[in-house]
Amino acid sequence: MQLITCPHCGPRAQAEFEFDRAVESVLALDATEAEAVARLYRRENPKGWSWELWRHSAGCGVFLKLHRHTVTHEIAEVSLLDAAP
Amino acid sequence: MKRYSSLGLLTAGLTGHTSWPRAWRDPTPKTRYDIVIIGGGGHGLATAYNLAKRHGLRNIAVLEKGWIGGGNTGRNTTIVRSNYRLPQMQDLMEFSLKLWETMTDELNYNVMFSQRGAIFLGHSDSDMTKLAERGDAMLARGLDAELLSRDQVAKMIPVLDMSRDARFPIEGGLNQPRGGSARHDAVAWGYARAADALGVDIIQNCGVTGFSIRGGKVEGVETTRGTIGADRVGICVAGHSGQVAGLAGVKLPVESQLLQAFVTEPIKPMIDTVIMSQSVHCYISQSDKGEVVLGGDPDNYPTYSQRGVPMRLEQVAGEAIALIPALSKLRMLRSWAGTTDMSFDGAPILDELPVEGLYLSGGWCYGGFKATPGSGWLFADHLATGEAHPVAKPFALDRFERGATVDEAGAGPKARDR
Amino acid sequence: MTGSRTHQGGIIDRNKTISFTFDGKRYQGHPGDTLASALLAQGVVLFGRSFKYHRPRGVMSAGVEEPNALVGVGTGGRYEPNTRATDLFIYEGLVAESQNRWPSLSFDLGAVIGLFGRFVPAGFYYKAFLGKPGLWKFYEYFIRRAAGLGQPPVEPDPDSYEHRAAFCDVLVVGAGPAGLAAALSASALGERVMLVEQDLVLGGGLIRDADSMEGLPAQAWITKALATLTERGVRILNRTTAIGYWDHDLLTLAQKLVEPGQAPEDGQAAQRLWRVRAKKVVLATGALERPLPFAGNDKPGVMLAQAVRTYVNRFGLTPGAKAVIATCTDDAYKTAFALADAGCEIVAILDSRSESPSEIVKAAVARFKVRFDTQILEAAGGPGGLTGITAEAGGQKLQLSCDLVAASGGFSPVAHLHMQAGGTLSWDEANGAFAPKTSRQNQVTVGAASGVDEANTSASGLTPPKAVDTKHSFVDFQNDVTLADIDLAWQEGYRSVEHVKRYTTLGMATDQGKTSNIVGLARLAALEGRPVPHVGLTTFRPPYTPTTLGLLAGHATGKHLAVIRRPPLFDLHTEQNPLWLPSGYWMRPRAYPRNAETLHAAALREARTVRQGVGWVDVSTLGKFEVAGPDAAAFLERVCATTVAKLAVGRGRYSFMLREDGIVMDDGTVWRIGPERYLLTSSTGGADRMSHHLAYVRQVLAPEMRVAIANVQEHWTGIAVAGPKAKTLLAQLAPDLDIPRHMSVARSQIAGVPVLILAASYSGERAFEIYAAGKDIVPVWQAIATQGTDHGGCAYGLEALEILRIEKGHVVVGGEIDGRTTPHDLGLDRMLNPKATYVGAPALQRPDLQSSAGRLRMVGLESETPIPEGSMLVSSIPGTPQGHVTGAGQRILEDGYVALAFLRDGSERLGEHLVAWSPSRGAKAPVSVVDPVFYDHEGARYRD
Repeated sequence: MQLITCPHCGPRAQAEFEFDRAVESVLALDATEAEAVARLYRRENPKGWSWELWRHSAGCGVFLKLHRHTVTHEIAEVSLLDAAP
Repeated sequence: MKRYSSLGLLTAGLTGHTSWPRAWRDPTPKTRYDIVIIGGGGHGLATAYNLAKRHGLRNIAVLEKGWIGGGNTGRNTTIVRSNYRLPQMQDLMEFSLKLWETMTDELNYNVMFSQRGAIFLGHSDSDMTKLAERGDAMLARGLDAELLSRDQVAKMIPVLDMSRDARFPIEGGLNQPRGGSARHDAVAWGYARAADALGVDIIQNCGVTGFSIRGGKVEGVETTRGTIGADRVGICVAGHSGQVAGLAGVKLPVESQLLQAFVTEPIKPMIDTVIMSQSVHCYISQSDKGEVVLGGDPDNYPTYSQRGVPMRLEQVAGEAIALIPALSKLRMLRSWAGTTDMSFDGAPILDELPVEGLYLSGGWCYGGFKATPGSGWLFADHLATGEAHPVAKPFALDRFERGATVDEAGAGPKARDR
Repeated sequence: MTGSRTHQGGIIDRNKTISFTFDGKRYQGHPGDTLASALLAQGVVLFGRSFKYHRPRGVMSAGVEEPNALVGVGTGGRYEPNTRATDLFIYEGLVAESQNRWPSLSFDLGAVIGLFGRFVPAGFYYKAFLGKPGLWKFYEYFIRRAAGLGQPPVEPDPDSYEHRAAFCDVLVVGAGPAGLAAALSASALGERVMLVEQDLVLGGGLIRDADSMEGLPAQAWITKALATLTERGVRILNRTTAIGYWDHDLLTLAQKLVEPGQAPEDGQAAQRLWRVRAKKVVLATGALERPLPFAGNDKPGVMLAQAVRTYVNRFGLTPGAKAVIATCTDDAYKTAFALADAGCEIVAILDSRSESPSEIVKAAVARFKVRFDTQILEAAGGPGGLTGITAEAGGQKLQLSCDLVAASGGFSPVAHLHMQAGGTLSWDEANGAFAPKTSRQNQVTVGAASGVDEANTSASGLTPPKAVDTKHSFVDFQNDVTLADIDLAWQEGYRSVEHVKRYTTLGMATDQGKTSNIVGLARLAALEGRPVPHVGLTTFRPPYTPTTLGLLAGHATGKHLAVIRRPPLFDLHTEQNPLWLPSGYWMRPRAYPRNAETLHAAALREARTVRQGVGWVDVSTLGKFEVAGPDAAAFLERVCATTVAKLAVGRGRYSFMLREDGIVMDDGTVWRIGPERYLLTSSTGGADRMSHHLAYVRQVLAPEMRVAIANVQEHWTGIAVAGPKAKTLLAQLAPDLDIPRHMSVARSQIAGVPVLILAASYSGERAFEIYAAGKDIVPVWQAIATQGTDHGGCAYGLEALEILRIEKGHVVVGGEIDGRTTPHDLGLDRMLNPKATYVGAPALQRPDLQSSAGRLRMVGLESETPIPEGSMLVSSIPGTPQGHVTGAGQRILEDGYVALAFLRDGSERLGEHLVAWSPSRGAKAPVSVVDPVFYDHEGARYRD
């Protein structure tokens, strides 16, 4: 079980978080149909370092951007979302 | 191929079993094949077998980066059933289930397919209505299903907690009598042996590192054992579909997640059917060896690690004990995890990719084992003829851009929600 | 073999006696005895039968690696099958029984299988029982009964199990000399240390070897170390096994608070599961001795050399009177001395090595008969014990009589946790062992587990003598896997280590190959003619030792498997003794039957009351969100697929929300309760998903918006009052209230409680949702009930609500909104916001979602007979389904039955006649396809 350091709450067990999506799948509100298809359905699905959105759902509720390795589960970076992607 | 039989086993026993030949050869890869299948799991081997058996093709190779059957074929809970709600899924899984029924005989290899019934438990009137709807959908389409009352369930599975004040009291169930389980490893080995006998080269320890593509058409694969030419290439690499398709520049509607499962220590017969539940998300069966096999929800985050979180196993244990209290003192013996291709509608992808000659059988989520023979048949059909079989048609890749997804769970495009 | 208690020695408490039974016979032991040691001390030789051939088996080891001596322990709900006698400390009243034998352990009919062993080699079942489908099922019946080990438990487990979390600087796993030293040095630096040991006592190899340490006898040194650790606040857990090493240095520990089968004291748990997050982990897990491959190496009386020494030094017993030591290590010589000092005759020491320069070997040569270059070929004996062995030295055979063989085939460091943590191993060719190499996580391995092996060993124990009878030389003892089985697998092309494992079942028994894996690998490597590391290694997965499912579950099972959410009015409902309906985790009243009414009759009466007078229903569980701020309206137009911005203050409207893929996710109402303040309601079942969705849109998609969202689902408790008399009733309850018109908001007081009133209707009648804060609602409900009853009204439940909404053609999440339907499918497309600013708008443009051809779309059905919910719509029976029924009910005031359904091409087929067919229930109804609103199509009843 991973240990994720929430910028608000400090290091917390993965059980408090939920994975939401890969950052690449975030679909802007003003996207076109083609962008929607590309974002939702054409994925890198990286084996290795990946940018992901997780939410500290059982904590402060904040969405976080993680730079996480999908094989070793190392977490290189956890940050708050600064602006719209 | 030296045929297997009970008599043959007796005869061989008298001579110390020295006469059994290799179940499959260990060939050196040729420089070129008509068709190369990437992935030596059940699906890939079944595809190769069908190409040889049904389409008469002989110049075929299966490339396996490790050992055959070492991926999800050997990491599942071996449940076979076709009790789906949506007609596309019913047709696909029933096509497969019919093939399971003759697989042992066809392959001359005992895959121990045992039709001991697959029962969904219902825990409320609304569960029971949903189960009746599923049963109606199945029966109306010619599948087998029986809606079970509470008493019938209690009689079929005496170890269940039938108390009225259970957290999720059991109100009945839906049985598919022709459902059951099989010996997973034997499926890979049986197909490998039969395909090998038809001339298919099964090449282990041969990882694919790239594709040769010219003018939008595939011409071969780069491997750890050199370049291998091919007219057509089929990808059957559950869990790594996105990785392998990515080598050809194709992005897929797939996310790799992880599904854990475990077995208890072996005991004498306790559970005779496959038990699944609508509200309690675990599934339970007992193997022929006596181990109780338990699985549940996947770990909902992307990973290729084959290493999950402990709470998932703990949750499954709690769910299983809630259904069958006598399981409490049994012990978890062995746990494992498989990397699953979670597609974004929960249904597989059986199609030619946007690279000519490159085909994919993937996105099987956590339900691929039961589809093995059907997938092999249909995918071989597509590879050999260039046309999708009618049963496979709904699983075309462009369904996502068309909006024609096959969403059995109604969960939408986030693999996390499945 | 005749084991007997020595006169002194060991760390058992000889002053106290414990009685227990094994297979119904009464035995005695002492505190500190395992079941194995207590029985061995009383001359018991035969403990169990093997899995496949039912071969008689004794005790091989003195620890968790035991493959042979498995028993069922405990009675009733505390019965635990497959318990290792070597890892079970006896207690007063312990009841144990042997397994996998019939009719008795000494006379087991199953052993007949052993006579046919030649016909059932590895993987025999893949080659046999072929033929017609169904034939296998016949054979399988018998195979299933022959397989398995212990009996399945029958009764529910009376015990409870705890889960606990802990954090520390250093977690030390294993309290042998290396673990104790690590804990001492870490605690000396002021670190928070946890020390866990699977055994009952601490000391590990120190106790087995009875060595001295820093000038003190072993036991004295351990006592001193413990005192120091305790003084420094080190948390020491015995009977605690680290079963799993997970990500980011989280370990799970299984702690036995009582022994298997033993009843804990009242209110106490039987076991405790720890989740420990450590900054650093020290693995001092020791090494396991391996057996030697020779024919009959599984017979009772053949034991591991270290185990024999443990029985002598720790348990004060000699497992035999005449011992042969067979070894490839110096370590086993210590066993010879220990046995001899305890009065046992050492017949010979057979060493497969050519010589050893060490002091202990020299001393042994002086005292015992030592033969180098000598290997055992075969052990002779039966269920009653050993009679002797045949050995081979330089082509010469040698027969020795003995009742005990203490064998040492070398050592395997216990690297399970290291590997679970993602570490790597390196192969030590000289010692024939894998040892930890690199670590991925914050862990180090120390002591014997690190491969630092002071015992001078050789890999020769992995090579059986050439003349050995491979068919009776066991590698995996419990699963009866022999050298010949491995050879056969290899011959047949099952050559990957995983193939061999799976084909032969090597390493898949309850001991998980602790003693067999390396022996099997070495055999495979020899067949391949390649070094062991090239053959590979199977993976290590949790748990290290088998772990009770009840412990894993903890409290989260049975009635506590999931929470039950009770709305604040739960107690008031209970007074009326309603039928309950689980709705997700919520418990909601389904109907309030009177005078033994059926559910159906009660629901129909309640619904009629609503249609004709007034009724009230608890709607507290609906999802409710307050959205406030200058951009609140703009934000809602992102979430809701309908327009919101035009809503006047004090007004509300129906709305629905889409997923990103354009499919309808949920529906509800939006209310403008202030200039920049909105209340959004959504379905009960979708409330958590909606909460997450709102947070996602707010934080990720629209971070620039000036808007705040509060989930007020549990803040606002609500009652819907519905019916033609609802307005009158409300006027009585709140005399000062200017009654809000349909889809308007008002605030007032009822029974002195401030309430928020939303004039919305789900039932199709003029209705008001009255909300108050939490339990403040109680007097409001009481006032409504009192005054409403005077109007002939009644409370109604979800069943009445269901038939009311079906008749009105209102959709429900989980019914018509099933995760596959578009706004168009539901007939809601006219309400879509033309600005298309909402989530889901882009993907909704996909062609197959825009075209209606062939799609399942919502229609109504009418019939004169009940329409089965969930049934299939067919032209005639039998027929291919063209759609299905999502909700069905009786007309409330008129005769006949109605349903909502999804039908291919939907509303284009109005007027068609179909059959609603439920083959699973043997039911059917002829139906006509009609518009899905059956009641008050114009909404006249909403107007005053």
